[in-house]
Amino acid sequence: MFSRTDVSANHDVDAPGIACATTPSKLANRVAARQPAFRVWAGLAAAALIWVGAYVLLHPVVNAITYDLLHLSRDSHLGSAVNFFLYDTPKVLLLLTGIVFLMGIIRTFFSPESTRRLLGGRREGVGNVAAAGLGIVTPFCSCSAVPLFIGFVEAGVPLGVTFSFLISAPMVNEVAIVLLFGLFGWKTAALYVVLGLAIAIAAGWVIGRLRVERYVEPFVYEIAVGQLDSVERLTWSDRTARGIQAIHDIVGRVWPFVVAGIAVGAAIHGYVPQDTMAGIMGKGAWWSVPAAVALGVPMYSNAAGVLPVIEALIDKGAALGTALAFMMSVVALSLPEVIILRRVLRWQLIAVFIGVVAGGITAVGFVFNLVF
Amino acid sequence: MVTIEVLGSGCANCQRLEMIAREAVAKFGIEAQVGHVTDIKEIMARGVIATPGLAVNDRLVSTGRVPSAAEVMTLIANVLAEESAGS
Repeated sequence: MFSRTDVSANHDVDAPGIACATTPSKLANRVAARQPAFRVWAGLAAAALIWVGAYVLLHPVVNAITYDLLHLSRDSHLGSAVNFFLYDTPKVLLLLTGIVFLMGIIRTFFSPESTRRLLGGRREGVGNVAAAGLGIVTPFCSCSAVPLFIGFVEAGVPLGVTFSFLISAPMVNEVAIVLLFGLFGWKTAALYVVLGLAIAIAAGWVIGRLRVERYVEPFVYEIAVGQLDSVERLTWSDRTARGIQAIHDIVGRVWPFVVAGIAVGAAIHGYVPQDTMAGIMGKGAWWSVPAAVALGVPMYSNAAGVLPVIEALIDKGAALGTALAFMMSVVALSLPEVIILRRVLRWQLIAVFIGVVAGGITAVGFVFNLVF
Repeated sequence: MVTIEVLGSGCANCQRLEMIAREAVAKFGIEAQVGHVTDIKEIMARGVIATPGLAVNDRLVSTGRVPSAAEVMTLIANVLAEESAGS
């Protein structure tokens, strides 16, 4: 048996940038995924250095390409569009790769099981706040919302607290944060996080107050959840590997959207006249926020697809609150998620869920437009 | 004979994990049966609240993510090693 396990050691490296230094031994299966710690740290330090170097050099290099190499004028539409695209695409992808990696590592310290334990029997209020916060760092895919929901209910997590988690987890995610940071600066990104958490906390609390437990499908209360034991003990090398895996999974999935989105953004950046957008989506039109939310709720997209377009819209005079409300409604609520949740929730509760969250997002959009 | 089960309600990640588990078994060259548990009651009863889960000889070894084929091989090997140490 043991001679076989050596095979797994040799196959265990699909992680770029980190060399495999495993020596086959009797304990190969135990050691397979583990590399000497200094290798991991050295690899990380080198990667960080390359990352920072690329980030710093990006602007001068892109300017040199657009204005010197391609001889485009700084004042022309084409020059500005090309420069926008050539600079923003690698910048956003660099940021995305870095943050997704870090979040991937942070998430190895959390799990749905430990979050369930932390929230079980927790009172509302404090519970809503904790659930919204844990929603950011707990690895969670809305495709596994059903077992998670049942597991939370079974552990005595109040319904409203469970909803705070289910709202915050998709809405406050690293892709949205990175894109907002990369395209609008840290203030907007921070505001998005704070407002997203506020909506998750408030909406969950409101749903809890509404006493809607009777609209949960009855079978949910009958299911017995087996013993959950933590199945893994991770080393830093494992955590690094998870971070790299997260880059594969997330950046690998969203990069075409980022590139396409920035291309559209670049086109608008250079060409669409400012007055059109300001008229349609500016602060003057009060109905623009509810309209944006109504449009965004059924849509299913990651933040990557929507955001660069929004950037260009704002650049042309659309109100930031309207744009953020649109993005939140796209990311937080979607038709596929509703269909999944329908297996454990009756329509009445789904309607309450959508109504409360959409209401919260609309309110945030209005307030935002008023304040800024 | 090793029993490998994917616990998941048919989501895309669950299908992916089943394929990866089959690939791992083939690479490993062991005799194994790969099954897929889709009944939500049984999934929950086995203690999985984040799909897909992976069980080797009835022992839950991974939940809530899709490990690589190499990782699955390591997970299988760990269970077999523990079993032979225990018996």
